[in-house]
Amino acid sequence: MAEARLKVYRGDSGGGQYVEYKVPVEAGMVILDAIHYIQGAYAPDLAVRWNCKAAKCGSCSGEVNGKPSLMCKTRLDDFDLSEPIEVRPIKTFPVVKDLVTDVSWNYEINKRIVPFTPTNTNTDEWKIYQDDVDRVQEFRKCIECFLCQNVCHVLRNHDKKDLDDPKHLFAGPRFMVRIASLEMHPMDGANRVPFTKNEAGIGYCNITKCCTEVCPEDIHITDNAIIPMKERVVDEFYDPVLMIWRKMTGKK
Amino acid sequence: MANSRSMAINDKLGQTERRDSWWIEPLLSGLGLGLFGIYATWAAFQGTNFEWGPYLSPFYSPHINAPWFPLSPAFLILPFPLLFRATCYYYRKAYYRAYFMSPPGCAVGPAQKGGTYTGETKFPFILQNLHRYFFYFAAIFILILTYDALLAFNFDGRFGIGVGTLIMVANVIFLGLYTFSCHSWRHIVGGKEDCFSCDKMSKLKHGAWSRVSIINENHMRWAWISLFTVGFTDLYIRLVASGVINDLRIL
Repeated sequence: MAEARLKVYRGDSGGGQYVEYKVPVEAGMVILDAIHYIQGAYAPDLAVRWNCKAAKCGSCSGEVNGKPSLMCKTRLDDFDLSEPIEVRPIKTFPVVKDLVTDVSWNYEINKRIVPFTPTNTNTDEWKIYQDDVDRVQEFRKCIECFLCQNVCHVLRNHDKKDLDDPKHLFAGPRFMVRIASLEMHPMDGANRVPFTKNEAGIGYCNITKCCTEVCPEDIHITDNAIIPMKERVVDEFYDPVLMIWRKMTGKK
Repeated sequence: MANSRSMAINDKLGQTERRDSWWIEPLLSGLGLGLFGIYATWAAFQGTNFEWGPYLSPFYSPHINAPWFPLSPAFLILPFPLLFRATCYYYRKAYYRAYFMSPPGCAVGPAQKGGTYTGETKFPFILQNLHRYFFYFAAIFILILTYDALLAFNFDGRFGIGVGTLIMVANVIFLGLYTFSCHSWRHIVGGKEDCFSCDKMSKLKHGAWSRVSIINENHMRWAWISLFTVGFTDLYIRLVASGVINDLRIL
């Protein structure tokens, strides 16, 4: 039987190292299966967060040979098994233990976004057409695996995560998606555009599209959420003609 | 909440655990943009051989007679398409990765160190927000180049088609696809609306927005094809005008 060698990161917030394990390969095996095998055969204390093993819960985010990916969606037969496969926790968020990271920073960001604010609270009168929710439905596919947050260089390399200083804060692709899903909702009456610019730091995004590349739900994060939000920010803050127009007409 | 510091803030330029050839893409796009830049600058300095028969190079269109201007008229024209492409949402990705290495690849260490990164919040990159205005100019150029392509069927008052005609027509089609698949345009024609069924106008806007969205998905493809065709159109006319090759008449 073919055998894979996995170098798995073992450690905690104080530091760690890679430990190599040998795993017998079965047909259709994914990285998460191999991790489970390691837990069963060698290391019952190996920590990994997972729930569904079907790319729907967004728990098992990791970096396999340096690529941010869901461990349950990464097949062993995509790798050259003559070399060890490196599995590590996502880099952008602090390690709790082994492959488990503390992603609670994301929940703090989430709390700051004004939730859905319906213009008409009588839901009996709601009539929403498919055309109006197509865009929003794409964003609702998000499983909050935070791979986009992890790969985004603004958070990953520049660490713009200072919750106390909006000058050093970028909400990250996942929350640009959430903001876009609310802003484009036909029944929503709140305006989150100033928040998007001033507190969520959309200007930090330089649209290098890594978030879109890693999204396991294939959400076109950059093209459909971030760029449209950037354009809405331009409408309110940068377009000189629209600014003069608003001054002259007094319209919003 | 625990300290949220990233483990990658000290990653050096190019540092990564990736083992695939992530550097090929930025290398190729950097080379492509660089080669086009060199050719376009050279062609703009020539000031000659930009027209032949009914053909006019896109680098020198519209015809400008400016004896007061010390350089070739191409330098009065090229800033407009250049600014459109420089602020384009696709090219930004390409050159931020290839030239600024910010970052050079996904999950690869960038050139800037942690706190120095300002993204598009400071001058000059804050000017990327004016992309829509450069789009307006680019759209005017599509009209001008369409007119040129129509004139390219007129061989001394007679209808005709040469290889140059086909090249000019193809060029304006690809430039048009690139220009009108622009993300800013997608926003302006309807993307800015929150409701597509609320009134008659918003239905029209939804139609426009959906159509732009279809070609917008391939914005990158149109960006590269049209960059090639616009350079090639100039080169072809230049070679014909300087007598290196003969234009083949088809009709």
